[in-house]
Amino acid sequence: MAMRILARAAGVALLACVALAGPATAQGTIKIAYTDPLSGPFAQVGDANLKQMQYILDYINSKGGALGKKFELVPFDNKSQPSDALIALKSATDQNMPFIMQCSGSNIAAALIEAVDKHNSRNPESRIIYVNCGAVATELTNEKCSFWHFRFDAHVAMKAEVMARALPKEVTKVYLLNQDYLFGQSVQRDVKTFLAKLRPDVQVVGDELIPLGKIKDFAPYITKIKASGAQVLITGNWGPDMNLLIKAGIDSGIDLRYYTLYAHIAGGAVAIGPGGDGKVRSVMSFNENVAPEIGNKEAEEWTKAFRDKYPFDFYAAGFRTIFEYLQEATNKAGAVDPLKIALALEGLKHKDFLGYETVMRKDDHQLISEYFVGTFKKGVKYDSEKTGLGWATEATILAKDLEQPTSCKMTRPAK
Amino acid sequence: MEVFLVSLLNGLVYGMLLFMLASGLTLILSMMGVLNFAHASAYMLGAYFAFTISQYIGFWPALVLAPLLCGAIGAAIEMYGLRRVHRNGHIAELLFTFGLALIIEKVVQMTWGLIPVPYRIPAGLDFPLFTVYGTQFPAYRAFMLLISALMFGAIWLGLTRTRIGLVIQAALHHPEMVGALGHNVPRVFTTVFAAGTALAGLAGVIGGNYHVTEPAMAFTMGPIVFVVVVFGGLGSLTGCFIASLLMGLIQTFAVVLDYSVADLLKWFGLTVTSATPFHEVLTVPLPRIGALLPYVLLVLILVFKPRGLMGTRDT
Repeated sequence: MAMRILARAAGVALLACVALAGPATAQGTIKIAYTDPLSGPFAQVGDANLKQMQYILDYINSKGGALGKKFELVPFDNKSQPSDALIALKSATDQNMPFIMQCSGSNIAAALIEAVDKHNSRNPESRIIYVNCGAVATELTNEKCSFWHFRFDAHVAMKAEVMARALPKEVTKVYLLNQDYLFGQSVQRDVKTFLAKLRPDVQVVGDELIPLGKIKDFAPYITKIKASGAQVLITGNWGPDMNLLIKAGIDSGIDLRYYTLYAHIAGGAVAIGPGGDGKVRSVMSFNENVAPEIGNKEAEEWTKAFRDKYPFDFYAAGFRTIFEYLQEATNKAGAVDPLKIALALEGLKHKDFLGYETVMRKDDHQLISEYFVGTFKKGVKYDSEKTGLGWATEATILAKDLEQPTSCKMTRPAK
Repeated sequence: MEVFLVSLLNGLVYGMLLFMLASGLTLILSMMGVLNFAHASAYMLGAYFAFTISQYIGFWPALVLAPLLCGAIGAAIEMYGLRRVHRNGHIAELLFTFGLALIIEKVVQMTWGLIPVPYRIPAGLDFPLFTVYGTQFPAYRAFMLLISALMFGAIWLGLTRTRIGLVIQAALHHPEMVGALGHNVPRVFTTVFAAGTALAGLAGVIGGNYHVTEPAMAFTMGPIVFVVVVFGGLGSLTGCFIASLLMGLIQTFAVVLDYSVADLLKWFGLTVTSATPFHEVLTVPLPRIGALLPYVLLVLILVFKPRGLMGTRDT
């Protein structure tokens, strides 16, 4: 426990340093606070996100930024703790930043939505827009929706529908294993809902929740899955919980296919390894082989340039869509005024860099975009993490086929 | 039966891995009174060293070289760091090793990056050894069992059959007396610290490719190793061995036993419904709290048997 307290104290000290360093940066930029785990077990995810965002922002800035100003990313480590994310929010609003961005952890997202709402109603002079780049619990744009929250990734119910549709006909027994928090429970519930609706022939033979980021050895779970007779394992796990799970499964040699939401992000390919050829699928917004597959030379060149610069794959095409939306909305609003930008974002339509139509739905501030199902296998143009294997697109679901109804009833501020 | 056998094997492998880590820590803690926070960092370093070495000269040399390297680092830490800090008491030592753990984590992140490195099982051991009811038991896990068993044997022989072993054993119980008898206690300390870190490094070499080699591996392994050491009791290698296997088996079996308190109450004729008070807690199945069980045991043993399972003295 002493370790935990000391780690916290060190973190606060670090944040203080970041906060002090903040105002010294160049004037006249549009600042985006970015808070995600940059240390601790999930650091690899936050760090990979940060590098990709930086790469995209450099590109957006080279294309003129917005209103003649450049965008600037200001990272805050939240160590996967909602309390630390709120400290980041405080620093961001103190410095009058118009945007705060967060990707990892729906529990953190829920806390941020509430805090941003409160802050904006109490402090109309320093409002802030919460840009959600990957916290995907379905509730966040349904029951818990907010005017100030814009989600740029498909939510769990959408992903669950994609997954249920992608499940091959011969599969009749599936096993669910998810992390025990808001997001994992969301996956658990939505996958079951869509299986019941779309594939009543499929039987859920196991349904498990595991503590977030605590399990070191997944071999016992694999034993249990094997005993259940499941053909397919469906999991929303991410970070080490995903990597260790798949590695244990592949190593045990059991005949199982894996349907995941996050096998394609940082570290996944290494953990799966050559033994997983053709066994793992992932529901994703992008992979590096999409561009060559659809013959989009420009997009291919652009993602390849990232690959040449960094030792890992570029998977975050969704982030480019986010920054293009922010750029367009800020230009449309005519001022760096969060209220005007938020209103400009509502219902905004945009063709993403792959050439697909997307829209920021006005009713619930949920981005509706295309989605892919990828298979991890040999013989693709761009391999992942130097494993020789990579993601090949198995199915493409267009935005119009992914639209789901929302229960959101948000209160809009007076204009 | 099938699940039982496979779980038993898995539990043994995990338990033995824990023991490799914990044995070094228990020696260091019992002898020097230092709760070495950087111990799991040596485990991580072992894995990363082995990954780098195996890229150039293969896995087998790495199996020997990486632990030696860790041992050398351990010796340096003891001689040039801990020995100075020691004068300022235990709290200073604790903080010193805690700082070291953070620094090592950061250095590893800067050297090898944040994402896992592709440290793989050597091709010669990458085959299923035998099949238990259709589940393959990889040869590598048998190899892990073998290495840890050999290590247990070696430590035991070393401690009971050699002169330095006898001195160490004596120093475990009465360090002041051993010093008074004219033995070079600081050198014994350095030896034990180096050997302890080398053992953790060895655990890293064989654990790193069994799990995933990444910068968070020290942080996730650290707490459970402390539990093993405290539970096993100070100054007892046997206690540590039993505690390791126990923790390994508990965590493995907790996963496959889908029962909750409600099921237990059913035996006594009590049915838990959603109207029962605390029904949320009562119906939580064991697998969901499996990772928590070692810490529950830690609390219990500290309350009822503060010296640990086979501990011979207080901290």
